Amino acid sequence: MAAPRRILFHWSFLLVAALIPLIELVLPGHPHVGDLLRPIFIMAMLGLGLNILTGFTGQLNLGVAAFMAVGAYTYAILTCDIYPFRLGFWSATALTVLVGLTVGLFLGLPTIRLRGDYLAIVTLGFGEIVEDVLKNLDSITKGTQGINPLPSPSWFGYHFRAETYQPWYYLFLGFLAVLVLLNRNLQRSRVGRAWISIREDELASSCMGVNPMKMKLLAFALGAAQCSLAGALWASYLGSSGEPGNYDFQVSIIALCIVIVGGMGNVGGVLLGALVIMGFNSIVLETVTNFLKAHQLISSSNVFTAPGNWKYMLYGLALILMMRFRPEGLLPSRQFKAEAHPDEPHSPPTA
Amino acid sequence: MSGSEIFLQQLIIGLSNGMIIALIALGYTMVYGIIELINFAHGDLFMLGSFAALTVVGLLGLDHLAAGAPGMWSGLFLMLLIVPLFCGSLNWLADRFAYRHLRDSTKLAPLVSAIGLSFVFMNIGLLWGGVPMNVFGLGRSAASPKDFPALVSNVNLLGQSAVEFTTKDLMVFVITLPLMVLLTWFVKGTRAGKAMRAVAQDRVAARLMGIPVDRVIGQTFLIGGALAGVASVVSSVYNNTIYFQMGYRAGVDAFTAAVFGGIGSLPGAVLGGLVIGLARAMCDQYLETRWTNVLVFTVLILVLVFRPQGLLGARAKEKV
Repeated sequence: MAAPRRILFHWSFLLVAALIPLIELVLPGHPHVGDLLRPIFIMAMLGLGLNILTGFTGQLNLGVAAFMAVGAYTYAILTCDIYPFRLGFWSATALTVLVGLTVGLFLGLPTIRLRGDYLAIVTLGFGEIVEDVLKNLDSITKGTQGINPLPSPSWFGYHFRAETYQPWYYLFLGFLAVLVLLNRNLQRSRVGRAWISIREDELASSCMGVNPMKMKLLAFALGAAQCSLAGALWASYLGSSGEPGNYDFQVSIIALCIVIVGGMGNVGGVLLGALVIMGFNSIVLETVTNFLKAHQLISSSNVFTAPGNWKYMLYGLALILMMRFRPEGLLPSRQFKAEAHPDEPHSPPTA
Repeated sequence: MSGSEIFLQQLIIGLSNGMIIALIALGYTMVYGIIELINFAHGDLFMLGSFAALTVVGLLGLDHLAAGAPGMWSGLFLMLLIVPLFCGSLNWLADRFAYRHLRDSTKLAPLVSAIGLSFVFMNIGLLWGGVPMNVFGLGRSAASPKDFPALVSNVNLLGQSAVEFTTKDLMVFVITLPLMVLLTWFVKGTRAGKAMRAVAQDRVAARLMGIPVDRVIGQTFLIGGALAGVASVVSSVYNNTIYFQMGYRAGVDAFTAAVFGGIGSLPGAVLGGLVIGLARAMCDQYLETRWTNVLVFTVLILVLVFRPQGLLGARAKEKV
């Protein structure tokens, strides 16, 4: 049945990802697939954060890029030489997660009462405000330059360097594996079941003794914490906080695409979504562009020939078509699948 | 300019831009009133309208004429026919092929679909800007802002006064005000408008009374889109620059206006548009331009959190 496949997917994803750098040892001179996979890991973490809010709890959030920005800038301020803190990688990351948690709580407190679509707009506004504030408060955030350079992480005396990508790769993969484990366990815990019950029917769930406000707030805090962790890791890898424009509305939408295309409310689905959406962006589009360039099919005067110029059309169509034909996503959670196809027989829930 | 003159000037600028925002906000509020969908692609529809307007300018060769030449007014008139038709049809098609199939699904499904459509529209705008036409600035990048020729002259109608109320400002009011009156009459006074209000109030009951619900919703999209089309012509002629990402900002401003006035209410959308236009103009002058967007979003969040029914929310029952 469907259940074993689902259980397998996220672990097999992590296992295959762990083996990929080894393939490159066997086949030297091959373009670094691992290099391309790192943004996928980061976006998968962002997607997992959004998944708690939108996938589990059913609260549409259009501003997760802001949480990522908070993470990246907090990490940058805590580690960069020009500020007094100068913390190491691990303590800075831990503090960043705490800050993300707090920001999530603060945004959640006034907004959780709002209806679905209004909440979406408020989170969109929050994302825009964060981006503009980061841009405008240049005495703290260095405006559009971003905060840099950041020291690279070290672990037990080993210093990460930009030239060797394998340590970074396994660092990110390790974090992703921890998040996957955490989210899987959360989903099956009392809290996760409460979240899902709120998504299905808030009134009924509150009648069953769930406190929707408390649970939604928890989802906000934990989701924001995961997104800011993704931001912190990204900043540590870039060696810079990045500019505020790196965390704009489009990033939030890409995260949403990942969750929706992959399968809302399913951890494995989010990983698949990140692989499909980001893989399309950094591998397929890149390859096609290089191929067309090599055969001189791209002219700089004609915008129609560059595949990159069609990117957002494809993302947009992906959202529209998924909503129309497969709203439950490529790899849905059991509840969503049952909901989307009520007439089909489905496996009874296993204890 | 003295202090009071500066204030008056910002008032005029704010009101003119506010009228344009109001036209876009009307499209949001009508669609929200009838199917409770935040039509996220509406701002980008407005952007596409501007590109359509510039294309018409290029096809008619209006960019070679001097501002205010006799051919200009007929050209403007022609644009006001073609562009709203284009935007209205596009909006109708969006409803027909995307949203109509999602009427019975969860509330988030059409919203996500609209976000997707907004990305599709934005991408079309980017590609459109690369069409080899003189008006799009041949040789420049497709993404760069395009100059919209000054079709209406910038003559100050107040004579020698330091405060400027130009022909362009006049044009904005001459086009938008009658349209708003017309729309109010249409919704309150015609059979089709009555059907619209009925569908907004209770879709099932309306269907039972023999109202073709899907057709009425389609009409709402058509009218809302046409209003966005008018707004894009007026805005292009007024602001003289267009670019493919302007839909997002315009959409957010207009949506804020609609929410501010009480989403679903027609007078609310106009009032909200004027308030947002004025707030932007005053913030540009008395605070700093770079904080204007933060101000608009803060207003949006505060209204949504503390008064989600909006300013004219008491009339929220009387939707559309």
